[in-house]
Amino acid sequence: MGRYLRTLREFWSSSLAIELEYPANALIELLSVLGNLAGSVVVLALFYCRGHGLGGWSWDEALVVLGIYTLLDGFTSTLLQPNLGAIVNHVRTGSLDFVLLKPIDSQVWLSARCFSPWGLPGVLAGLALIVLAAGRAGATPSLLTLLGTILLLLCSALILYSLWFVLAATSIWFVKVWNATEVLRSTLVAGRFPVSAYPPALRTLFTLVLPVAFLTTVPAEAILGRATIPWVLASLGMAMASLGLSRGLWRHALRYYTSASS
Amino acid sequence: MAIIHARGLGKSFRVADKMPGLGGTLRHFFARRLKDIPAVRDVSFTIESGEVVGFLGANGAGKTTTLKMLTGLIEPSAGEVEVAGFRPFRRQAAFLRTITLVMGQKQQLIWDLPPLDSLRVNAAVYGISEPEARRRIDELAEMLELGEELRRPVRKLSLGQRMKAELLASLLHRPSVLFLDEPTLGLDVNAQVRVREFLADYNRRTGATVLLTSHYMGDITALCQRVLLIHQGQLFYDGSLQELTQQLAPYREVCCDLGAVYPPEAFRGFGELESLAGHRVRLLVSRDQLTGTISRLLSTFPVLDLEVSDPPVEEIIGRLFREAAVA
Repeated sequence: MGRYLRTLREFWSSSLAIELEYPANALIELLSVLGNLAGSVVVLALFYCRGHGLGGWSWDEALVVLGIYTLLDGFTSTLLQPNLGAIVNHVRTGSLDFVLLKPIDSQVWLSARCFSPWGLPGVLAGLALIVLAAGRAGATPSLLTLLGTILLLLCSALILYSLWFVLAATSIWFVKVWNATEVLRSTLVAGRFPVSAYPPALRTLFTLVLPVAFLTTVPAEAILGRATIPWVLASLGMAMASLGLSRGLWRHALRYYTSASS
Repeated sequence: MAIIHARGLGKSFRVADKMPGLGGTLRHFFARRLKDIPAVRDVSFTIESGEVVGFLGANGAGKTTTLKMLTGLIEPSAGEVEVAGFRPFRRQAAFLRTITLVMGQKQQLIWDLPPLDSLRVNAAVYGISEPEARRRIDELAEMLELGEELRRPVRKLSLGQRMKAELLASLLHRPSVLFLDEPTLGLDVNAQVRVREFLADYNRRTGATVLLTSHYMGDITALCQRVLLIHQGQLFYDGSLQELTQQLAPYREVCCDLGAVYPPEAFRGFGELESLAGHRVRLLVSRDQLTGTISRLLSTFPVLDLEVSDPPVEEIIGRLFREAAVA
């Protein structure tokens, strides 16, 4: 465990060193986060200013969902995009060889090698929006509710990670799967709004097939004090199952790895 | 004691069989035709601990595929392989700490950062303490003649410096079995010589086993007593380099400096005329007629200097592959 923690420290400090070689990125990313957030708030406001609700959610409650989406999007930019987005390239160029030859779990290496600080503004903006909107919505979370919310947020991060990793792992067979990961990322945009705002068919799709509901709506329900045990359990189960699937698939996929020719 | 065993090793790849042109592309998109191509067939050998073995073959002969099976990167389709008592494809941590693979055409160093940053990552991954890692880096850097280069971004290093830094990164965990795939690829002659000297020194100091592929015969002649020759996926020869040259080249090269200039016809009956430039003549003479031919040369021409040597190994092996391709 100590070796893994030290490795993670070296991974991230070297990633930071690389990213800080290009400081202009920081400003661009900050502007893009603020722009995206403002755009989402405006779209949400359009619904509410005309008196429409979103699936029975008040304006402030819907902002909590948007905050969680922004938080997850920041997490995606910080860890998922730089790491999982690179897997396809590792397979295509054969640099996966070096990863497989290290005495460390290859899935851990591929998932945690890079750390991009430019997603952190998104994480902070998301957290700020959650706290602000939850307060305005009248939420007074107890310690238990807070712990539950953190657990559910971890579950949603895990589900998102596993789905992405599964898609990236298929590059062992199909090599170029950039399009698939792009489709995944754009579908997850649906998580900006509470899942009950969608028509029933989409709601089912977003709960059972693409678990968008577990990513944003379920944690938002928790912080607003409306979480029910079955949803919490379902979220936990979904997180464990998708993580298990990602590990199983990766181990299976490596049997088919042929390594790029020299 | 043998440290590498390969028995009946084989690997075939499933590759797409696509016809050229738009029609072929469309057909390929809708109904992909695949075929199995054997890359390595029934290869068996053992390598003793501490040996430095050259692995030779033309492009596509199966060298890299064999190395990838020995390092556990790909699973053999047939046969068995054992390295340092491990089955490579299981990629157990203890096995991965024992071996290293250096690939001349791929790099593990982080492009935008100095090699020292990559070395810190490797030290952490292999669980080498920081003071110990510093000690090993100093020792290897001295052997490799690397100094302030380790603090310069990798992208600013010359190819030779980068290769030396790659070697350092690959040897930080003190592996006892080294697989080197074209480690001197693209290097200039001086850099090649330095890498060779380092590898010989490393082998002497640590007793590590080395299996080396290279297109530069200089690497093989300088480092390897024994060579494995692979052709079209099959092992063609396994033995000493010296025996190979004797077996494959039943002639020797005789080079004479003469006291006068002679026309080419004058050398008829003295073997095969290889070159004639002014006073210097080079002849290829079969081994069984060597002494007779030399004494006739000495009595016929005013010989100032005479040298007998084996023809260059590149030529022998090139000839061997050409003959094998024809056969």
